[in-house]
Amino acid sequence: MTRTILMASAALACLAGTGFADTSDKRIALSNNYAGNSWRQAMLESWAKVTGQAVTDGVVAAADAFTTAENQATEQAAQIQNMILQGYDAIVVNAASPTALNGAIKEACDAGIIVVSFDGIVDEPCAWRVAVDFEAMGKSQLDYLKTAMPDGGALLEIRGLAGVFVDDAISAGIHAGVEENPNFTIAGSVHGDWAQDVAQKAVAGILPSLPEIAAVVTQGGDGYGAAQAFAAAGRPTPIIIMGNRQDELKWWKEQKDANGYTTMSVSIAPGVSTLAFWVAQQILDGKDVPKDLTVPFLRIDQDTLEANLETTPEGGVANVEYSQEDAIQVIEAAK
Amino acid sequence: MTPDRLRLLVPVMALVALLAGVFWMQPRAASYTGLNLLLNLAVPIALATIAQMLIMAVNDLDLSMGAFVSFVACVTATFLNDTPALGLLILAAAIAVYAGLGVIIHLRNLPSIVVTLGMSFVWTGLAVLILPAPGGSSPEWLRTLMTVKPPLAPMAIFASVLIAIVAHLIVMRSTLGVRIRALGGNERTVARSGTSIIATRAAAYALAAFFAVLAGMALVGLATSADANIALRYTLLSIAGVILGGGEFIGGRVSPIGAVIGALTLTLAGSFLSFLRISPDWQIGAQGAILILVLALRLLFNRLEARR
Repeated sequence: MTRTILMASAALACLAGTGFADTSDKRIALSNNYAGNSWRQAMLESWAKVTGQAVTDGVVAAADAFTTAENQATEQAAQIQNMILQGYDAIVVNAASPTALNGAIKEACDAGIIVVSFDGIVDEPCAWRVAVDFEAMGKSQLDYLKTAMPDGGALLEIRGLAGVFVDDAISAGIHAGVEENPNFTIAGSVHGDWAQDVAQKAVAGILPSLPEIAAVVTQGGDGYGAAQAFAAAGRPTPIIIMGNRQDELKWWKEQKDANGYTTMSVSIAPGVSTLAFWVAQQILDGKDVPKDLTVPFLRIDQDTLEANLETTPEGGVANVEYSQEDAIQVIEAAK
Repeated sequence: MTPDRLRLLVPVMALVALLAGVFWMQPRAASYTGLNLLLNLAVPIALATIAQMLIMAVNDLDLSMGAFVSFVACVTATFLNDTPALGLLILAAAIAVYAGLGVIIHLRNLPSIVVTLGMSFVWTGLAVLILPAPGGSSPEWLRTLMTVKPPLAPMAIFASVLIAIVAHLIVMRSTLGVRIRALGGNERTVARSGTSIIATRAAAYALAAFFAVLAGMALVGLATSADANIALRYTLLSIAGVILGGGEFIGGRVSPIGAVIGALTLTLAGSFLSFLRISPDWQIGAQGAILILVLALRLLFNRLEARR
């Protein structure tokens, strides 16, 4: 009797199996190199929320997050080697360096562990990469401006932190966009270091030497500072592309209510950690997943502003958490 | 028991205790591969610790150790890989610069902390110039050497023992080693004995640079590529390793075997805390607590020694 019930339930489980019965005994670890800013904090919170639910639902057995204390590659390499010892089936990693962890990652791959890197990706070929196409992100700003102001005009470019590859990539995308749309010109360029106060100082410094600015292209974390600099100089506010920070969205909302100001905002959601989690789960499930995947941008437009502002915590970044379906979509798109 | 043996007792006890703790929490670690994963990153740290120990032996302190090892790593992953002759030349030149630093510190009577802190910016700058973005790749022979799987015990154990023996022979048994330690202990005596103090200090610095070069190369062999900031932690780790291993800030009192054990202990402490699942916010503090605990034990032993 018991046996028939067992067999029947086993058959049922097979029929109902949506693919995640296979990973219910798998353990996934998050190796994170840094937790010192609002983006990383939101990233860890999203991870805890989504993977906590996944563990409760029995999709995976465990999904533990580890953060190194000092943001150093050698420390993270040791952390990854510890994870191998702890017997995790997959390691999701936001890397301190694209290359310096390769040795440890190779050790993990050799031990049969799935390694999925995201945001801070690694170039060891055995690992998967959930990467951000920063160039496309820069170019999308020009695509928006092209439709918002077909006549073109002078642009002010606010760059990020000099020497970081993200800064080069976004800027390259912006410049490619300008080349395609010759009625736009970049009148000036400053480094805002992705921080509102730095951006405000930098923009205030360059403004007196500039002609009338039609729009400001940015990298995120600098839009609010730019707006303040324009207001302080008594110059008309151009279209400033925002970067999904709460203070930027709040300022945009105030302007929108006061004078119908329009712009758009684009950045990467910290919840990308959950996308990497689901990708790892899909690989563990035996799905055929390409090694290079691209993260979708989180774009906020005039009509989605209110909804996003409401869910963004004070001082935080607009966020979205990904589901298993989202991951499957991203995987399909990459094939 | 001789005082030297007694000094070695505390670091050995700390290492054994930590190892037991790690094995108890993670039985998987008590295997060939487990031990290698646990300890292979300690090999470059042990080499850097020996380098720091040589500097500390002449009563100085090197705050540029991490930056220098990073610089070496960048040279190894680029020049030494592409044009080995040029790479070796650059590394030899770097060792010569270290010897020069020893001379300058001595002649101008400068505090070593200030000079090496200044040099740390020079090394980091050079590393960024060589490798503006992380990359490069490890020479094939180096990678093979660092991932070799010898019989009986993993590479990390063999390497640690070898480093300890070689450093012990150089520092405790050779004439140069005796002079270096004597220089840290009592400069005037060395001068009166007719030995050149400048040459001894320069030799100590050059020898330290040589071990630091080995540290950078070992690190690249493990990591497979480099990054201008790859070893910044090594400055403090190497100092802590020397102190943990029974060395002292007052020159002359150093222990090469202890230094290697200190480096292994520090590496294990990190893994131990990670297995304990202590939140990262507390990990640095917990690592500090382990250091204080070991030092407190040593103080206790010193008192007992003095009372006898």
